[in-house]
Amino acid sequence: MSLLEASRITKRFGGLVAVNNIEFTIPEKSIVSLIGPNGAGKTTFFNIIAGIYDPTAGEISFHGRRVIARPKRAWLEPVLWVLPAFLVALVTLVFGVEGRSESSIIIGLALTVLALMIVLLIGVARPPKYQRFLVRLGIFKSARPNDMVVAGLGRTFQNIRLFQNMTALENVLVGMHTKLKATWIDAILSTPRDRREEEAGRVRARELLALAGLKGRDDQLAKNLPYGDQRRLEIARALASDPVLLLLDEPTAGMNPRETQQLTGLISRLRSDLGLTVLLIEHDMRVVMGISDRVTVLDHGEKIAEGTPDEVRRNPKVIEAYLGTPPAESPEDEAPVVPAEASISPAVEGSES
Amino acid sequence: MTAQPARNAPAPPPSGLRAGLNRLRDVSDKHRSSTIVVAMAITTVLMYFLPIIPPLSVIQGRGIWYDAFANAGVFVLLAMGLNVVIGMAGLLDLGYAAFFAIGAYTYAYSNSPFSHTDLPFFPMLFVGAAVAGIFGILLGAPTLRLRGDYLAIMTLGFGEIVPIVFLNLDRFTQGTNGISGIYRPEALPLFGPFSAISPFNYFIVMVVIVTITMILLYRLQDSRIGRAWNAIREDELAAAANGINTVTTKLLAFSLGATTSGLAGVFNASKLTIVSPDQFLFTVSFTVLAMVILGGMGNIWGVAVGAFIVYNIQVVFLKSINGVIETLGIPAFNLPIVNLHIDLAKVPFVDYQFLLYGVAVVLMMLLRPEGLFPNQRRRQELHIAEEFDDGESGEIEGAMGATPGAAANGGGTP
Repeated sequence: MSLLEASRITKRFGGLVAVNNIEFTIPEKSIVSLIGPNGAGKTTFFNIIAGIYDPTAGEISFHGRRVIARPKRAWLEPVLWVLPAFLVALVTLVFGVEGRSESSIIIGLALTVLALMIVLLIGVARPPKYQRFLVRLGIFKSARPNDMVVAGLGRTFQNIRLFQNMTALENVLVGMHTKLKATWIDAILSTPRDRREEEAGRVRARELLALAGLKGRDDQLAKNLPYGDQRRLEIARALASDPVLLLLDEPTAGMNPRETQQLTGLISRLRSDLGLTVLLIEHDMRVVMGISDRVTVLDHGEKIAEGTPDEVRRNPKVIEAYLGTPPAESPEDEAPVVPAEASISPAVEGSES
Repeated sequence: MTAQPARNAPAPPPSGLRAGLNRLRDVSDKHRSSTIVVAMAITTVLMYFLPIIPPLSVIQGRGIWYDAFANAGVFVLLAMGLNVVIGMAGLLDLGYAAFFAIGAYTYAYSNSPFSHTDLPFFPMLFVGAAVAGIFGILLGAPTLRLRGDYLAIMTLGFGEIVPIVFLNLDRFTQGTNGISGIYRPEALPLFGPFSAISPFNYFIVMVVIVTITMILLYRLQDSRIGRAWNAIREDELAAAANGINTVTTKLLAFSLGATTSGLAGVFNASKLTIVSPDQFLFTVSFTVLAMVILGGMGNIWGVAVGAFIVYNIQVVFLKSINGVIETLGIPAFNLPIVNLHIDLAKVPFVDYQFLLYGVAVVLMMLLRPEGLFPNQRRRQELHIAEEFDDGESGEIEGAMGATPGAAANGGGTP
């Protein structure tokens, strides 16, 4: 049973085809890796899954539901927002002219503003009924990043994007945003429900920090944490929304071998203990080959190989993508390829794009 | 109008003044609402007695002082509201006076001979605030997809449009003359009727409004919503990737800021008994922005103190400075080389107030970007930034509501 299914995903930036026609599935409770040289389109693909970019073509379904695709008839929505107010204005204007009284103009204006406001509020809050209505009109809007989080996706970023001036605990609490239900009215009234929820949230956040190996660093500002801890904090923050699928974008970049090993342990523990599915972008081949169930290789936006780590390691296309075409006359070039993890990692690790 | 007196209260052990202050801070963090009430009570008592004591009593009479304090309260409210928008959510709003105007005109319509209505004052406080909040949503819904500079320009435009609309719809607003003769609030049980001669009632009502607003804003700041605002201000993309609906959350900040502004507008209209478009020009938005920056963006009580100080400098100090110079008897003199005749007693300091604001804001940005009263966390941050010697760019950008995420992240990678 696959959790996420991407079919024929293409993304063009102007003339540049960043991701081209990719078929990709993530089975439930698996660890899938995405590798490839710099500029291969891994992060772009990642961002499409996370809802940050709309794909130029293709679609992604999550939990069997189509969530991401190229938007369709999206221009209709703003028209829908203005239309009721326009109609109200038209109707009241007609009656107002007939009545010839000042108050009818004022009332008409008030009704127009009211109509505009109600529709805008609905459009911003997007209740399910409104969304069904949009679907009936044939309007499809791709899921936004926050919709994907609600659907059960958590992610980290390649270049760490923590909330630098918030403490570690607060960062995790922000990650818990979708799980906490207090509204602004609860907050200003400081209702018991709000306080209980906040207290429970803090307890859970401390647990997550401990799980990520950040015990006792709760009250430190994120920017003052050491680099490896920042990476771990980002994972803790992503876990806070109780995701089903965790996207990790180069989680071990810039870590020393010991930290890398710890993190690898953490990732496999996430699957075994929490039952998470993990999609990993990684350059460190020791990590990729060690924990992945399946590996997909991208190059120049295209999928060039897919399979178990062993299959991928032996795939000549992969070797070519990483090391270039071997000159025909030098047979010893084949030699460094066999212990792939040793040769590839130092070459790529230094250059984070 | 501050929590400052509480922070400066005597600490029990004389040896560990710092420890005492820390303990006081812990207690005030835990019981925030009670702390605010106590602090505001102390401030009120101080404000009641200070105008009787010489340095202040020389400048102007007691009643005029209370009047000035009540007027300052309006700007304290405005500054606290703008602080939600700029300081907490990081949205630069340059048209903030528009919501002030909407609140004021709402009250004028509900309570004046012009509209032949006389609705009670205290419920109208909420109604005016709600109307301003609704207009906040109306303006915010289409514009909050914009970022940084674009949002600032949109709000600037809105801030210009609203007074112009009130000016030109003279059939409904009496144009430049404005709506005058607005009824004063009904008498308070213990303090008697409101009147222009004894502004003490306004002062007391304002203290209560500011206290309640402050408590509510502190609660918001410490809640899930406040954290979401903070996250959006720091890094909008990361906030969205953590499940925060950035559009609605920003809209909420915008509209709550507008609500506070509307509240101030209602109070102001009832106090001045007249509303006219020239009370709500860009200068008001700019003054409030200067107050927020000076007070310490993001720190609620700091912003309130900043607004209080700036208002009193503007209205009381600048006006009385000529009189003080005259009493001191500083004679007019000629600058020898440029041959300039200077008579300090005749310099129109009040006319220079916006020049002084401009200079003050520039100086603050250069010397103390975190404001006069930054909150504890920001001060700590700045200290650490100095240690590592890479903090200055991030702080200034963050203060102006730009996207600080990029700068901050640049420092994070090894």
